[in-house]
Amino acid sequence: MFGPVAGVLFDGFAYGMLLFVLSVGLSVTLGLMNFVNLAHCAFAMLGGYVAVLVTNELGWPFFAALPLAFIGAAAVSVLLERTLYRRLYRASDLDQVLLTIGIVFVSVAVAAYLFGTTQQPVDVPAYLRGSISFAGVRFASYRLFLIVVALLIAVMLVLGLEHTRFGAQVRAAVDNQRMAAGLGINVELVFAVAFALGSGLAGLGGALAVEVVGLDPYFGFTYLIFVLIVVSVGGLGSIAGTFAAAALIGIVDIAGKYYAPELGAFLIYLVMVAVLMWRPAGLIGRRQ
Amino acid sequence: MTPAAATPRAYLRAQSRWSPIEIAFWLATLTSYLFFPDYLSLGSQIAIAALFALSLDLILGYAGIVSLGHAAFFGTGAYAAGLFSKYVWGEPFSGLLIGGAAAALIGYASSLIIARFRHLTRIMLTLGIGLLLAEVANSAHDITGGSDGLQGMRIWPLLGFFKFDLYGKVAYGYALIVLFAVFVLARRLIHSPFGLALRGIRENWVRMPAIGASRASHIRKIYTISAGIAGIAGAVLAQTTQTVSLEAIGFGRSADVLVMLVLGGAGRLYGGIIGAIIFMVARDQFSGVAPQYWYFWIGLLLIGVVTLMPNGILGGLSALQARWRGR
Repeated sequence: MFGPVAGVLFDGFAYGMLLFVLSVGLSVTLGLMNFVNLAHCAFAMLGGYVAVLVTNELGWPFFAALPLAFIGAAAVSVLLERTLYRRLYRASDLDQVLLTIGIVFVSVAVAAYLFGTTQQPVDVPAYLRGSISFAGVRFASYRLFLIVVALLIAVMLVLGLEHTRFGAQVRAAVDNQRMAAGLGINVELVFAVAFALGSGLAGLGGALAVEVVGLDPYFGFTYLIFVLIVVSVGGLGSIAGTFAAAALIGIVDIAGKYYAPELGAFLIYLVMVAVLMWRPAGLIGRRQ
Repeated sequence: MTPAAATPRAYLRAQSRWSPIEIAFWLATLTSYLFFPDYLSLGSQIAIAALFALSLDLILGYAGIVSLGHAAFFGTGAYAAGLFSKYVWGEPFSGLLIGGAAAALIGYASSLIIARFRHLTRIMLTLGIGLLLAEVANSAHDITGGSDGLQGMRIWPLLGFFKFDLYGKVAYGYALIVLFAVFVLARRLIHSPFGLALRGIRENWVRMPAIGASRASHIRKIYTISAGIAGIAGAVLAQTTQTVSLEAIGFGRSADVLVMLVLGGAGRLYGGIIGAIIFMVARDQFSGVAPQYWYFWIGLLLIGVVTLMPNGILGGLSALQARWRGR
């Protein structure tokens, strides 16, 4: 009895941690500038393809690919932020949705052109492939690794936001953008850096995701929906909220697939609609 | 701009006068029978898409509600009309009403949720409700046929006389008549005091309750009406193609209709229609290209429209016209 339930909980939590890495950057940028960036997962896909290229074509180790995925996604996101996004900071939700969906469409086509529409494999080290048995439950090593990475990122983000000068500037800008600007904080620069970090984390998440969920040109669409659900359920701009929501959605999704496969993705949509009706600002959100 | 009218009633009446261009446009749709007899089934697809875009325009263009899940109502109407023809009878117009009514019912139920929220939460709720219904249609395989599509629809000839043919002659006429009838109603609706109130909600969310207008009940009303129209569009598609696939209710259709409306110009009655014509004709021309490359051009188009032409084609045209007059 205990074994299967613990296994499902563990798999769900690990999946949730992957979702956390994918979505936390979007949560911060959405909370900071109220910019509806639907292209977030396109940056994740970019990170995934960087990892595939670096490990398969260049033969570099997986652990060298992860930082490169981060840097690649962050660099491209800064480029887009400077050329396209910044024009629409004060535009309506609709314009932001349209621009960023347009970017996702283009990213799908570019990825299909460069890499084809097949699933891409990534080379992970042998010691991450096996599994560890503990108290009669098997824990896949890669999933343990995912949980460790996500926890590290969560701790680093919380410490960075709470205890550094830049973190204080970000929090000030989230709370009241005008006041922060009035106090001499360069809000635009703060946002550009936060945006790059968030997209970089998405790229890292994309690289980590390849081994678990695969990578094809439609990644930017498929996971966009999961990421948006996590972000809106968790509450904008809240790291703890995103963490809780990611764990919740991950566990509900895996448990649903395991115990009630005929329901499909129905359960997580239901959870999202229910949570948003109960708390429109998300689990730990301050504003709508 | 028209000169300021003496009374509100006169203002609304001046706004709602039919212009010669409009009349010429609707007459021109009939000439497809003469000039494009081979493209009539494409024509009926365009009319259906235009009707769907018109329904989205009512909530997006006029009430300012961004929806990423409008296909939920299109699909509901399509499945309702399909099932009605399969199990009850195949008379087209009553099937149309059933499709519209079913979608309006679902629309009313979701409007109770939608009307309470704004911004990202509302966008996410429209997306979530759309995905939920798509998932329902997928898993209720025994009723909807799931991914195989709904089979076994029987549609009787129109008015007992015009049989739906392979070349789409009847289908085009039928879709066009439905589009025109709904268009006239929508036109009447947005040039009414209710239509003005919706624009008020779009322009100033905070001030509307202050002048005594109820935001929530207006939004519930227009959302229900819009869902019903989307359902009618879905029903026309189901009846003219005699099948309903999951694609009718999928996210792709919600995204496509948004693109059409924005391309044509949201908040303008003809925006959805112009957008649907351009989008569908372009897709027909590019049909040989793999779908992912088609979406490359759609993506570029979206980026271009948002950064260069924020009010769509019709918005750009009227800005040009205003500049011309200003000289």
